[in-house]
Order: sequence, then C-alpha cells, then structure tokens
Amino acid sequence: MLFPLFVLIGFGALVLFSAAGGSWDPYASSHVIRFLVFLPMAFVISMFSRELAQFFAFPIYIVIIVMLMAVEAIGFVGGGSQRWLDLGFIQLQPSELMKPGLVLVLARFYANLPIGLIPTWRSVVPAAALIGTPVALVLLQPDLGTSLALAFGGAVVMFVAGLPLRWFLAAGAAAAVLAPIAFFFGLQPYQQRRVFTFLDPESDPLGDGYHITQSKIAIGSGGLSGKGFNEGSQSHLNYLPEPQTDFIFSTMAEEWGFIGGLVVIGAFAMILGWGLKTARESQDRFAKLLATGMTATIFFYVAINLMMVMGLAPVVGIPLPFMSHGGSSMMTNMICIGSLMMVARWNRRAPRTGLIS
Amino acid sequence: MGLRNRNKRRDIVSQTTLDNAFDRRTFTIGTAMGGLGVLLAARMGYIAIAENEKYELESESNRVNLSLIPPRRGWLLDRNGAPLASNRADFRVDIIPERTRDPDRTVAVLTDILELDENQSADVLKRIEDSPGFQPVEVASGLKYDQFAAVSVRLPDLPGVVPQRGFSRFYPTGPSVGHLIGYVGPANAEEYEEQDRNPLLITPGYKIGKDALEQQFELDLRGVPGARRVEVTASGRIVRDLETREDIQGDPVRLTIDGPLQDYAARRIGLESGSCVVMDCETGDVLCMSSMPSFDPNSFSQGIGRVEYAMLREDERVPLRNKVLKGLYPPGSTVKPMHCMAFLDAGVKPEETIICGGGRRIGNRFFNCWSNHGSVDMAKAIYQSCDSYFYHFAQQVGFDHVAKWAHKMGLGEEFPLPVTSQFYGTVPDPAWKKKKFDQDWQPYDTVNSSIGQGYYLTNPLQLAVMSARLATGNRVMPRLRLTDEKPKFEHFDFSPEEIGYVRQAMSDTVNGPGTAGRARLPFDDILMAGKTGTAQVVSLSISDGKTGPWKYRDHGLFVFFAPFDKPKYAGAVVIEHGGGSGSAYPIARDVMTFMFDPAKGMEALRPLEEQWGGTAQQRLNQKYRAYAAAAGEAVPPVPERDEDIFDQVEAEARVAARQPEAIAEDASPSRVDTRSAEEVSEDTNSARPTSSGSTTQATSADDPE
Repeated sequence: MLFPLFVLIGFGALVLFSAAGGSWDPYASSHVIRFLVFLPMAFVISMFSRELAQFFAFPIYIVIIVMLMAVEAIGFVGGGSQRWLDLGFIQLQPSELMKPGLVLVLARFYANLPIGLIPTWRSVVPAAALIGTPVALVLLQPDLGTSLALAFGGAVVMFVAGLPLRWFLAAGAAAAVLAPIAFFFGLQPYQQRRVFTFLDPESDPLGDGYHITQSKIAIGSGGLSGKGFNEGSQSHLNYLPEPQTDFIFSTMAEEWGFIGGLVVIGAFAMILGWGLKTARESQDRFAKLLATGMTATIFFYVAINLMMVMGLAPVVGIPLPFMSHGGSSMMTNMICIGSLMMVARWNRRAPRTGLIS
Repeated sequence: MGLRNRNKRRDIVSQTTLDNAFDRRTFTIGTAMGGLGVLLAARMGYIAIAENEKYELESESNRVNLSLIPPRRGWLLDRNGAPLASNRADFRVDIIPERTRDPDRTVAVLTDILELDENQSADVLKRIEDSPGFQPVEVASGLKYDQFAAVSVRLPDLPGVVPQRGFSRFYPTGPSVGHLIGYVGPANAEEYEEQDRNPLLITPGYKIGKDALEQQFELDLRGVPGARRVEVTASGRIVRDLETREDIQGDPVRLTIDGPLQDYAARRIGLESGSCVVMDCETGDVLCMSSMPSFDPNSFSQGIGRVEYAMLREDERVPLRNKVLKGLYPPGSTVKPMHCMAFLDAGVKPEETIICGGGRRIGNRFFNCWSNHGSVDMAKAIYQSCDSYFYHFAQQVGFDHVAKWAHKMGLGEEFPLPVTSQFYGTVPDPAWKKKKFDQDWQPYDTVNSSIGQGYYLTNPLQLAVMSARLATGNRVMPRLRLTDEKPKFEHFDFSPEEIGYVRQAMSDTVNGPGTAGRARLPFDDILMAGKTGTAQVVSLSISDGKTGPWKYRDHGLFVFFAPFDKPKYAGAVVIEHGGGSGSAYPIARDVMTFMFDPAKGMEALRPLEEQWGGTAQQRLNQKYRAYAAAAGEAVPPVPERDEDIFDQVEAEARVAARQPEAIAEDASPSRVDTRSAEEVSEDTNSARPTSSGSTTQATSADDPE
C-alpha cells in the first residue's frame, strides 16, 4: 500500500522540481519535507484503538466546527475567500480538517445508531445536520469545491450505511431540479463563468477558457511518452496556470506523456482499491464506514482534479492528492491514509470470521 | 440497488441485510471509481495520442513566436551608381500601446532618456492614441547607442517599449531629391488593407514608399523579409532565439538622374520657388528634375514632426508640391521656336519678313508687341522674341496647325514615367475651346496663344521635352529608369537646314543679339542655345509683374539646349513669380556650366549660397528652427550626419571626382568624352564675357506681354 504512495510522492517531487524550472526550491523540497512530517503523523493515527477513535469522533468534530466559525469571525482572506486560521505557529485551513472529521463523526453516528432505525427519519435528520453545518459554514467562506467535497464524503458514508436507495434517488431528482436554481441564484459570478467556460472553453481562449485550453494543450502535446523531463514548454514558459498545484497533472503529462499519466492513475487506483478492500475486510460497522468515507474523500480529490485538467469538469480549485504542492491538502490526505492504515491494523488484529462477507 | 423489493413495506433491517447492502454498495462505488479511472485514462489517451498532433502544434505556436525582420530597402541609384536613397543602420525605440499600462508615464520616461522635446512627445502620444493598439508606434529613430542602451536597461520598468536595431532610409542630398524620390513611412490602415493584409506592412520598423519614385518602385525596392523564430513566455518575454533567416535586400533601382546635377540645380534655384529639368537629347534620360523649395525626405521618413509639417504647409511657395510635374505655367515666349517649326512645316520660308510697328493689326484690332522691331524674319523673331511675327504667321497658318505641332513637341502630353501624377496642362485650339467654354475661337485667341499666353498651360517637364525635340528634330521621350538599350526616336520631317536655322536663332538669343545675353556659358567652345519666356500672372493693371507683392510677379521661364550645333543636353527652368525670364536663365546657365565643368559651376554657386545663408539643406534647417521658435516650441538640434559615405552624390563630390586620382566608377566618362569630342563652331561673333552672375534678378530686356 505504501509503495504507490511513495511512487506518487516521488513522482510529484520530480514534477515539482521541473515546475520550478529545474530546481528543488521552492516546491519539490518542501513537498518532500511535508510528506516526511505527515507520514509519521499518519503512523501515529494508525496506532489509535477503535474505542479511542470512536470516543474522539464527536469532540474532534465540534472543535473543527468551532474553528470554522472562528474562520468566519477572525480568519484572514487569501485568494478571494476567507479560509485560513492563523494559530500563531501554523496557518490552518479548518475546512480541510473537516473532510476526515466529518467522515469520522458520521461513521461514529451510524455505527451506534440502532439498526432498526436505519430506514427511518432518525437516521437522516441528525446526519443531515452533521453534514449541513460544516457545508454551510464552508460555503460562507466561500469555497464551493471544499463544500462539495464535504457533501460528497458525507453522502458516500450515508449511502454505504444502508439508507434506503429511494431517498438517494429522490435527493438526486431534487438536486436536478434545484441545481439550475442554485446555479443562477447561489453561485458567485466568477463561479458561473467557470461553468460556462467549461461547457465551451474555446469561446474565450484568452480569458476564462485559458486555463482549460492550456491544460489540454499541455496534456495533448505530451503524446505517448512526453517531451522529456524538464522539457515541458507549457509549464516552463508560464502558459500553464498554477503548474505546481491544481494543474500539476498537466505539467506531468506534458513531460511524461500518456505513460506517466497511466502510472499516476494506476497508483491512485491501487491506493483507492486498497482503501475499499480495507473497508470490505473490516468486521464492524464503524470501521467499514470510516474506511469507505476516507477512500471516497481521496477519490473525490483525484476524480475532480483529473476531470478538470482534462476538460471534463469546470475549473474548481481542487489539488491532486500527494502530487500537488500545498500543505493543507497533503495533511488532509495523509489523515485519510492514516485512518485507513488504522482500520487495516484493526483488521489484522481481529481474526477474520470468514462467514460475514 | 437491492432494496427496492422492500420499499413499500416497513423495512426490516438486520445486521445481515446491512452488511449485504454495504457490500453491494461498496462494490458499486468501487465499480464507479474504476469506471471513472478508465474513463480518465481513455480521455487522456484521446487527448495525448489521438489529438496529439493538434495539441503539439498548438503548443509550438504558443512557444514559438515568429517575427518578421523588415527587409532592407533597395537603393535608388543615380546614373553613375551613386545612392540617391540608401539605408543607414540605426537604433530605434518602438512602443506597443496595448502592452503599455500607463502610456503617459512611459512616454515621459522615454522623453527624459531620449531627450525628446515637447512636440515629439506630444506627437508620440497622439500616435499612440490613434493606433490600433497591437501595432508598434515609433517613438524615436536614429538614436545614439548610449540612448539605446539606456532604454534597454530600463525595460523592466517600461512594459510595451521595444528597443530595436534596424535600418532607416537615408537620402544623402535631402531636400534636393524630396520631390523626385518621395519618402517612406509606416503603412497606414488603408494601405494594409489594400495589400491583402500583408503582415510585413505592420511589422515594426517596416516602411513603404509613400510618394514619387519610392512609391512607384515599391515592389522592386521591397525585398524579402527575414524571419526570426524565438521562444517566448506567456507574457511575451523572449527566452532565446531559435532560428533566424536573413532578409533579402530589395533590388536597387537605377535612375537616369545625375545625382550631383540634381543636387546642384536644386541648390542653384536658391531662394526662388521653381524647378529645373535637364534631359539627355539622345536618350531621353532625365538627368535632373529639381523642384524647390522642397522638404527633407529624411525627416519625413522618421515621422515628420507637427511643427515641420505645419511650416511646409503654410509656405506660400508650396514646398510640398513637385513643380516639375504639377506646376502649370503659361509657357510664354518659350514656345516661339516651336511655333516657328510649325510655320516651317506649313510652308513659311524663314526669309519671309513682316514689319513690326510696335505691334500688328490682326483682323480689326491692333495688338501690341513689347518693342518696335522693324523688319522681322524668323531668326530675329526668335532671338528678339518679336510678338508681331507670331501674331501674323499664326493667323496665316491657323492655330489648329500650330496646336498640332505643340502636341507633337510634347506640350499638353503625359509621358510614360514612373511618377505618381503629372498635370498635363492645356494646348488650346478651336475644338478645345468649343468643348470647354462652348465658344468659338476668335482671332485674339490665336494672337494670345501664338505667344504662349491665353489658355496655354504647360509644366516644366513638357518644356524640357519640347526643347529636346526642337533641338534634335526627334520625338525624344523622357525616361527615368536607366536601361542599357539606347532608345530609338521617330524623326520629325524637317530638313537639317530647317533645324539648323532654328538652332542658330536660339543660339543667337544667348550668344548673339538676343534677349538672354547673360545666359552665355563661360566656355569658348560650348555655346548654349535658348529661349526666354515671361508669363504674366495677373493683369498689368494690378502689377507690372516685376515689383510689388511676390504673388503678382511674372513667372520667369527659359528653355535651352547645348551645345547648340550638336545638342546633347536640353532642359527648362521655370521660376515662379521670378519677375521675368531674367530670374530663370542665369540658373540654366550655371546648371549647364556645372554639367560641362563642375568646378566652374561650384565657383558660381558658392558665393551665391553664402549670400543666401547656406545650402538648401542648411537653409531648410534654419528655417525650421526659426519657425519652431516663433511657434514657441523647443527646437531640437539638427541631427548630425557625420559618417556620410554618401557624399559622392552631392554636388561637391563631382569636383572631387574630377581630380586625376578619382575613382573611375564615380566619374562620368561619357560626359567627359562628349565634351572633349565636341567641335563647337565659333561662328558667333560675340565674345561677350559672361558675368559670373551673382544675382538672379537681372533686369535684361525681355518680352513682357
């Protein structure tokens, strides 16, 4: 399991090295250092016992909710929205912490919910509140990408918790009706523009479509085996926006080609596959839901980011796990990895019954 | 998924059903994830492999910027191969408006570095305002290396500013060739559209011919642009050169013009407003067509300043008009020898005489002559310019016949020359008058026309052609582009005796008892033949034509050829409002003197230029400074041209070239040979010493009508 992770981190470091114009600074070195800091953290998380994890679920959730509120009150503005909390020694993005936090608390909630209440409103309303509160707070920042990630993680946990399928169908239908309304009344103009641009990037190749167009040029010009390490013109000559964060996959694909892309997608498939396998192998409900939710959270990052850079989704600021430069996303994803390792450890200790699944 | 069968009833949920549901649903999620992974891989494969070619192309067009290198313009050479228009390497600063954040500030900084004055910076701001944005606007050219370097160093603070090395057009003799050659300038929007949006035309630093020969020979002179492929960042910064293809310089165009003669004639016109044309009678080569006052095409080519342009526009002597082709003047008495040819053709014998009694009765009216000439034959009618003779014989042969000959001799005609436009004037005849005014031709029309007045209008080039045709009896056609072939001309049906008779009479005008004695050349063996003319501008009741307001003075004209008995050169001088032909023939005399002996010609010119305050170029510069000072503007120093290798085209260079050590190719062997081979007959009795003539306002007898 750690092998594909190291592949991604190492590969990411190489691409960041190139994105900085052939230099370890400022991206590649800090990327590796962060990984070396967060990896022990993941190991520490993996040492937690089931009881401890269950016990801390609600307190952690509440602390993060408080931090989200604090962001609204005293946080500072970065990149157009108010996301950051300066704790003096570290700048923290509580919305990132909320992603694993929300999965944890929902897993805790459904694990302790009496089985008979699953098909009733009592399984939905508290969970909806647990999801809705942080989603609303993050939307206020405003940060559409992260709130979608939270909603997605929460929905996946609810889905695998066994809630009646018709509710999801009904919710899907309602979303289909509400989406246009939300689009026109709920989104900021810059977000609306991104959606329009996604639908027709060539309409404005020098303006809003620029990112998608340049990203596709980078990926497309890479061909089968790429232009070679440190030879990417799109990233080196600044045509590609944000070559070290959101568009790192394009940077990579330009220099390493389709083969590099398959390696990255394959590595993610191995990690996510391992995550789902861990979930299915665990015996108790809490572990199952926790592992599935964490896997889904990582998946959401990967899927949205890759779809975005290939022009299949609108531009939303979501980085690629383990490759993009950035501390918060690295931390969130390593927490997810740590949690999965924790569940995997539980599975190893408890002998498998073999009867149930 | 699997819960549908229990949906209607109260669901019974157990640990087992939940575990089953979990397994099914995680399997679903896993499948969805895997599906999306395959979709992403397929999408990537499609972009990277199927559409690879397209995106590689786009990536290359992102990365590589192709910029054209303006071709060096072909030179315009004079007949001896000396450049009349060449190129000088120089430094230039352009500004691309749409890449400039704050044009006012940027121009202010540049003004400071480049030491521009207020006018120039105001001009630049205006041009920036008017420009389409993507097109670079020239801030200054002809910069010193220090200034160029100073701008280059400060580029990071000056977005949109582009320092360039390039070539600028250079006209060594400046105003002397202004009208003849024209100038170059950046293509305007219409020209860009007309030439199918040729990208070369909007390449910074590229200039097209804007007038006269520069415009006519544009395609010959243009050349093939070079190209420079550079790698650029998204913000347009050049990372490195990839490949450079050199430009191919445009072809040189060799003219029939004699550079030093052109310069000399222009300078000799001096303070007057006028023109001088000299042609080679044997080939039709136009050796000089000077029109003064003129503009300096060098300053036009660098983007003329508003003050200079205003100065040129406001000048009543119209320095912006090429008077050789677009100045129309009544030819006056200069047409008399030509009219004599028409009389001869009509059977009039040269010996036939009339009595001039200070005029002559035509029909029932008496028309004055300018003097009482007594008994007048054809020769006397020419050298004494007797009007009565022409009144009489024009009436006798009919003006239709005379007009036919005027056309044959080139008046009222356009010539196939590479010029932008020529005004061809009028040769009046009964049909023309009927058509134009719906009036019948009257005897007084014949009278007026017979002495080159009335409706008669000609340009100086036509007068020169007439003179060449008179002198040779051939239908000489003028040409401006030099070729190796010697043109053949149709011969008019005149006997050598008839031609000789008129030649002799015209020689007597200058060298005998004629009206232009002071036009005699300072050579014993070369005699010039000519005919004076004075064209009245306003009626005698307003001005006597010699004094008073400049605008009311008579035009002075002179047509000539030399040597008189074996004509090699022919020409015409027209001085606007010169107060009579006395203003014209000294110029013709000195120009022809220079033709045969450059040192003697310069001897005559130097004291005159001292008196006038310098050469034409110097006077133009002084005038500009004075004008700009009066306009209350700062005046820049006149740019120095110290490294001139092009001096050979200036008049002084001819003197130098005549030194024994002179480089063979700079000299003009044909001229030397012609002169030495000439056997000029000595039959004229008069050996009057020619005055070295420092005045152009000579008051010699002439023929006021």
